[in-house]
Amino acid sequence: MYTKRLNRELSKMNQSLPPGISLHSAEDLVTWQMDLQVLDNNPIYANKTFRLNFKFSNSYPIEAPEVMFVRAVDREIPIHPHVYSNGVICLDLLSNGNGWSPVQSVESVCMSIQSMLTGNTKNERPEGDAQFVLAAGRSPRDIRFVYDDPTV
Amino acid sequence: MSSDDEFMSDQMSDDAYGDDDDSLGEEFDEDDDQDFDDGKEDKPSRKAYEVDFKVFSDEQIRKSQQSQVEEVSSILGLPGEQCAILLRHFKWQKDRLIEKYMDGGEEVLEEAGLGQSYDTLPRLEKVRGFACDICCDDERGLDTYAMKCNHRYCVNCFRQYLESKIKDEGEATRIQCPSEGCSRIVDSKTVDLLVPAEVDNRYKELLNRTYVDDRPNLRWCPAPNCEYAVDCAVRPAQLHTIVPSVSCRCGHNFCFGCGFSEHQPCPCSLVKKWLKKCEDDSETANWISANTKECPKCISTIEKNGGCNHMTCRKCKHEFCWVCMGPWQEHGTSWYNCNRFEEKSGSEARDQQAKSRASLERYLHYYNRYANHDHSAKLDKDLYVKTEKKMTTLQSSSGMSWIEVQYLEAASKVLQQCRQTLKWTYAFAFYLERNNITYIFEDNQKDLEMAVEQLSELFEKPTDQLANAKKEMMDKTAYVNNRRIIVLEYTATGLAAENWKFTVDLK
Repeated sequence: MYTKRLNRELSKMNQSLPPGISLHSAEDLVTWQMDLQVLDNNPIYANKTFRLNFKFSNSYPIEAPEVMFVRAVDREIPIHPHVYSNGVICLDLLSNGNGWSPVQSVESVCMSIQSMLTGNTKNERPEGDAQFVLAAGRSPRDIRFVYDDPTV
Repeated sequence: MSSDDEFMSDQMSDDAYGDDDDSLGEEFDEDDDQDFDDGKEDKPSRKAYEVDFKVFSDEQIRKSQQSQVEEVSSILGLPGEQCAILLRHFKWQKDRLIEKYMDGGEEVLEEAGLGQSYDTLPRLEKVRGFACDICCDDERGLDTYAMKCNHRYCVNCFRQYLESKIKDEGEATRIQCPSEGCSRIVDSKTVDLLVPAEVDNRYKELLNRTYVDDRPNLRWCPAPNCEYAVDCAVRPAQLHTIVPSVSCRCGHNFCFGCGFSEHQPCPCSLVKKWLKKCEDDSETANWISANTKECPKCISTIEKNGGCNHMTCRKCKHEFCWVCMGPWQEHGTSWYNCNRFEEKSGSEARDQQAKSRASLERYLHYYNRYANHDHSAKLDKDLYVKTEKKMTTLQSSSGMSWIEVQYLEAASKVLQQCRQTLKWTYAFAFYLERNNITYIFEDNQKDLEMAVEQLSELFEKPTDQLANAKKEMMDKTAYVNNRRIIVLEYTATGLAAENWKFTVDLK
């Protein structure tokens, strides 16, 4: 639907991307994968690369994309109090009713997640991670997060 | 002023909502033009347990919003659209808005997301060299739109954005500009201009909803698919003295204070406590308490399933006697044979347990009766369905006319209402302290209960006998209804005068 917008984003990303962010694959206009590195010397994420999976609905960018970390060869799920071990990210920016704005883009989302990791000092998973992952199988969009922690 | 100020005792007159009464005043004043300064005794039409309320349709709510917007608009000299946003921002507290606006207009406008100069009609524009930040379209002659914040997007994207906010997220009063971090609220003129009629209607409906949600004197009828709202002047601060049962035009009776189904005579706070207690004290909890004891030291629950009386708590290693609950050391050499009944440490532990058991028994006493009436009320609902059948068979078998069998329906309705009341009298009684007025209350309760059971029994009669029991049934119905009124009158007057003493805090 918003083909033009996605194509534009893609061609812009092919030209240049901020340091630490790179495009892994974008074979169609439904799913893209991005690779992410934390640049400063945060010991929790040093020398590691993480992979983000973007899924666009027909209404993107009016609707937020579905964004989560995925596992692959040499790609772990980063440890963070807002990242569940199945890759689901609890970030208001990624939810329609809360922080998403259609002016955001794949690039800006990557940068936000990158800075979320950069600023983190807690080497821990969210509270109730095991339980949450057990009940998973749902799309992250159906999960109602309570954004109770503005500091991380 | 409407007649509801009888309930608004002196402490209420200076509260923040003091201006509310003129909102829906026109409708109110129609039938309330006398003065009620002399108090409620002079108005025989309303019982002590009843409250004044009005049911409003969607349309009426919309109109009353409109008239308030117009009023504020004429006072502040601002266009209606802005006043609507301001009023919503101030949760429809007109006086506060006007006062604040007089103190510092710009600040108030900024706060409400209106910003500076906001008076021109919204319109679409074609801008040379424009590229939409959302869809990246940059065709020439593209229609674009921006609010005063100048965040410009193509019409299509703006429309899509609004539609998704309204239809998918159910937003109305808090839709912000699509730009990231811009807090400007999308006004209704913009919505009118951009979205198709069907979405616009939904938007208006949502605005309507927020109006009712924001106003303390309005509440939606909680019945499924019911579109009426009820206007009642009872405030949350009064709920310990009043149980405001209202009855919607759709037939649903509910409490204006908490939205729960009708629960007179029990005040909202007790209802909440009671329901929570019932949830906590499940069957499991009852079994635990009947079959186990607690370790006197660490209060772990222990079930004794054999063995001697010398208990060693698995958790804290405390050694005690199962019979007297005292420490084992004090038993000396009298193993397996507890004969030290009067020792202090043991009697304290037993006291504790006896107390908790007694309190459980007390709770179960009230709960069983509460649950019983709750259950009977459900059965009575089935009975109502059966009654309808009985009414038709009665018509054909005894040659009675339709109008002559209506007494059955009336009786069935009264029965259900009384069960509902009875049910809650038990929750009410559970929290009552024992004193003289409690005895009177219990007598009233007993009379109602007996009458209800008798009426209920009449219903069980086979259809051929029903016709002969008509007079008896009608008398009983009237009597039962009377008993219900007495119970409710008595409790309501006591609540209003704060005569009841409860074991818990009502507020």
